[in-house]
Amino acid sequence: MTGGSGFTFLEYPIHHDFSPEGKVPVMSSILTAKGICKYFPGVKALQNVDFELQAGEIHCLMGENGAGKSTLIKVLTGVEVSDAGEVCLERKKIAPSSPQQAQQLGISTVYQEVNLCLNLSVAENIFIGREPRKYCGIDWKEINRRSRVLLANMNLDIDVTQPLGRYSVAIQQMVAIARALDISAKVLILDEPTSSLDATEVNKLFEVMQKLKQQGLGIIFVTHFIEQVYAVSDRITILRNGELVGVYDTAALPRVQLIAKMMGKAFDGFEASIKKTAAGSEAEEHAGFLAVRGLGCRGSISPFDLEVNNGEVLGIVGLLGSGRTELARIIFGIDRADSGEVLIKGQKVKLVCPADAIRHGLAYCPENRKTEGIIDTLSVRENIILALQAKRGWGKYIPRKKQEEIANKYVNLLRIKTAGLEQLVGNLSGGNQQKVILARWLITMPSLLILDEPTRGIDVGTKAEIQKLIRALAAEGMAVIFISSELDESIRCCDRMAVLRDRSKIAELSGQEIEEQVIMQTIAGV
Amino acid sequence: MKNPADIWKGFKDSRLFWPLAALGIVLLFNLIFTKDFFVMEIKDGHLYGVIIDIINRGAPLMLLSIGMTLVIATKGIDISVGSVIAISGAVAASLIGGKLEYVDGVQKLVTLVPMPIAILAALFVATVLGAWNGLLVARVGIQPIVATLILLVAGRGIAQLITQGQIITIYYNPFKFIGGGYLLGFPFTMFIVAVVFAATIYLVRKTALGLFIESIGINPVASRFAGINVSKYIFSVYAFSGLCAGIAGLIVCSNVSSADGNNAGLFIELDAILAVALGGNSLDGGKFSLVGSLLGALVIQSITTTIYATGVPPEITLVVKALVVILICLLQSANFRAVVFAKWGQNRGIAHESTIAK
Ligand SMILES: Nc1ncnc2c1ncn2[C@@H]1O[C@H](COP(=O)(O)OP(=O)(O)OP(=O)(O)O)[C@@H](O)[C@H]1O
Ligand SMILES: [Mg+2]
Repeated sequence: MTGGSGFTFLEYPIHHDFSPEGKVPVMSSILTAKGICKYFPGVKALQNVDFELQAGEIHCLMGENGAGKSTLIKVLTGVEVSDAGEVCLERKKIAPSSPQQAQQLGISTVYQEVNLCLNLSVAENIFIGREPRKYCGIDWKEINRRSRVLLANMNLDIDVTQPLGRYSVAIQQMVAIARALDISAKVLILDEPTSSLDATEVNKLFEVMQKLKQQGLGIIFVTHFIEQVYAVSDRITILRNGELVGVYDTAALPRVQLIAKMMGKAFDGFEASIKKTAAGSEAEEHAGFLAVRGLGCRGSISPFDLEVNNGEVLGIVGLLGSGRTELARIIFGIDRADSGEVLIKGQKVKLVCPADAIRHGLAYCPENRKTEGIIDTLSVRENIILALQAKRGWGKYIPRKKQEEIANKYVNLLRIKTAGLEQLVGNLSGGNQQKVILARWLITMPSLLILDEPTRGIDVGTKAEIQKLIRALAAEGMAVIFISSELDESIRCCDRMAVLRDRSKIAELSGQEIEEQVIMQTIAGV
Repeated sequence: MKNPADIWKGFKDSRLFWPLAALGIVLLFNLIFTKDFFVMEIKDGHLYGVIIDIINRGAPLMLLSIGMTLVIATKGIDISVGSVIAISGAVAASLIGGKLEYVDGVQKLVTLVPMPIAILAALFVATVLGAWNGLLVARVGIQPIVATLILLVAGRGIAQLITQGQIITIYYNPFKFIGGGYLLGFPFTMFIVAVVFAATIYLVRKTALGLFIESIGINPVASRFAGINVSKYIFSVYAFSGLCAGIAGLIVCSNVSSADGNNAGLFIELDAILAVALGGNSLDGGKFSLVGSLLGALVIQSITTTIYATGVPPEITLVVKALVVILICLLQSANFRAVVFAKWGQNRGIAHESTIAK
């Protein structure tokens, strides 16, 4: 109703003027927010938060899971209407009532949960709502051509006419970024764009961000990777529990302090290795739990052998698209194998659906929490007990009291930030949703836990906790398959590693070989 | 602890508020404009009155809406229930047979097969037909509306086939008890609905079935990943919907003492879907309320009865019904309320803008 009037619809967004080449962009605030408050039932998501973004800077928005980062972004871009406060773009008050309006005002956003249309083609997704036209129709050739160019700029070479749903979360994330980058705007907002990207993609993204920054764009960047913060950002705004902690120059804020400010208490940091202490001490009497012989599926992953023992954490590493998730899916019975066999404790078993796998003591925490993980309009309690209940069957309904007891225990253990057990999972922050899925699988007490990017979007402090938890579970005898695109994390957690390249297993590493250089070389094949 | 305002607010936000309000409005209308609407009297130990009549006549619709609620909760839809009603009636009628025999001027009760067997056979056939829908949706993966369209179209033909193209009239009196009998002063249909309803509520709320159905309706992929056998449950809800339609078919058939393959349950599937929607259930699947659907069915039946009672000319009854339904749907829509009740909203909005402008 308000911000709607006054803008004109731009079919081809016009590049706004930025300082002539060579000149350092003049620092001036481009987007400001004052006294923003946002309340949800039972939650004060934002309380009197001020925020200021300058032209030509990369500004990190930091905070723990549920601190209010995404909510602030949603308020800035018209997804949510704030309960108090005002937003100004280039000193003019704006009140966008929808993301489209924000986009037309010059704010281009990649939201935390990829919100593209999975059944439309990649190219359509990039140009939806701003299709180039020719004569009286849409110029499809041009759309496809420009999409290819855009993705090529990000080192991505995929068929842009295929439905987006065919591709992995990481690629979907890249497409969302490519779309946002192409909308020439004054402000670019990226909410955890790198959560499932590999180092190479991240670097490419940073290059593009730096270029845009030179052009005078203001960029808001949210991430839980501390390294990335220091790699690109100029300033940092920290939120905690919906309140502003402060604004700092990145160069002047040591890492420990950044983390301490986010958590509100000192952080011990990641121990270099958490596995030596946990394992090692006990004698190696671990029996093999799962053995896979020649398991494969054409077009998805070539036949591989794999063994996972009780009490060990087996890492799966490889580049984006190397088949890590496919490997997990085929073991868990999501994709049908067309060759090979699976043995559990030496017994041949047939796992043709997840329910089978679960009955045999497996659990799989999927990579894409939005489409494969959460049931968003069910409560936190229902989401947590879902897998356990499915394992018990429909008849043996877990009594309500017991459900609450279990859910409560894990809400506390994983520090899930929620207004209550009956809160809808869809209303939790991204990181907290991830914790709910983790809890869902932990309570089934699996013998083999397959974790696909389990710490995706989880804050530093909790990440350390979860890694410790995984080691503790392994120490109690659980077998774990750990998939992560974050190499540090894999190195810290894994006893052994299987390396994938081009959808086939090429090597196994253990002991001293689990070290960055060796792994990188194996992945690269040199 | 709770003050009345909180309770009122909680009630107003609850899913059952608008279905109840809709029913309230229809009844209120009748209180003012239809005389004798709320009068109930006891004749021959039976309860009579318009209200009782609504419940009695609404029984088939209520049964359908129970099955339909579960189907819709899984993000599906079953538009074949009307045809299943026809088939169920046809099976029962042809097994009981349309023979009228008199012995010494007194009617002799004859059936081809014993009535319980005829009833069980009809229910069995209806469940199999539902299972067929379930198979198409859950295993073959056909879109629910298309899958059940097959039976919607073919069903009436099948019913004709069973009755060999004739309208079978039933003279076997015990069968008439199902749709027209009284038990303890109340219509027998009320007991049928009550039993089916209670059993369903028990199954979905006291076991994990409800949770699984809702979960599947919201996110089938994630549900499968969590270990729920998605196709099994989808299959089951369609079979159950078939069973509900089968019971409804018996009531319809018994009520009119005949099986008419062409007209029994004609277009009732639309009313059933409407009942579920009026009950505050999302056609997009997920959380559902059986009580809501039951209220929805009662609203529809009350409207129908009211229209007849107020003497609306028969040629425009459907139009009037459609208008009332649209009105109720609009009232239930939060967006619509926001626009219509913008009188206060506008004032507030202007005030809001002026404060921002300062
Ligand atoms: N629609 C909603 N209804 C109720 N509560 C909500 C809603 N959206 C967000 N919240 C709550 O607001 C708080 C802030 O959430 P937000 O998504 O902004 O966190 P975040 O900082 O982005 O966290 P993360 O790092 O996990 O993404 C959380 O406690 C969340 O539960
Ligand atoms: Mg977030």
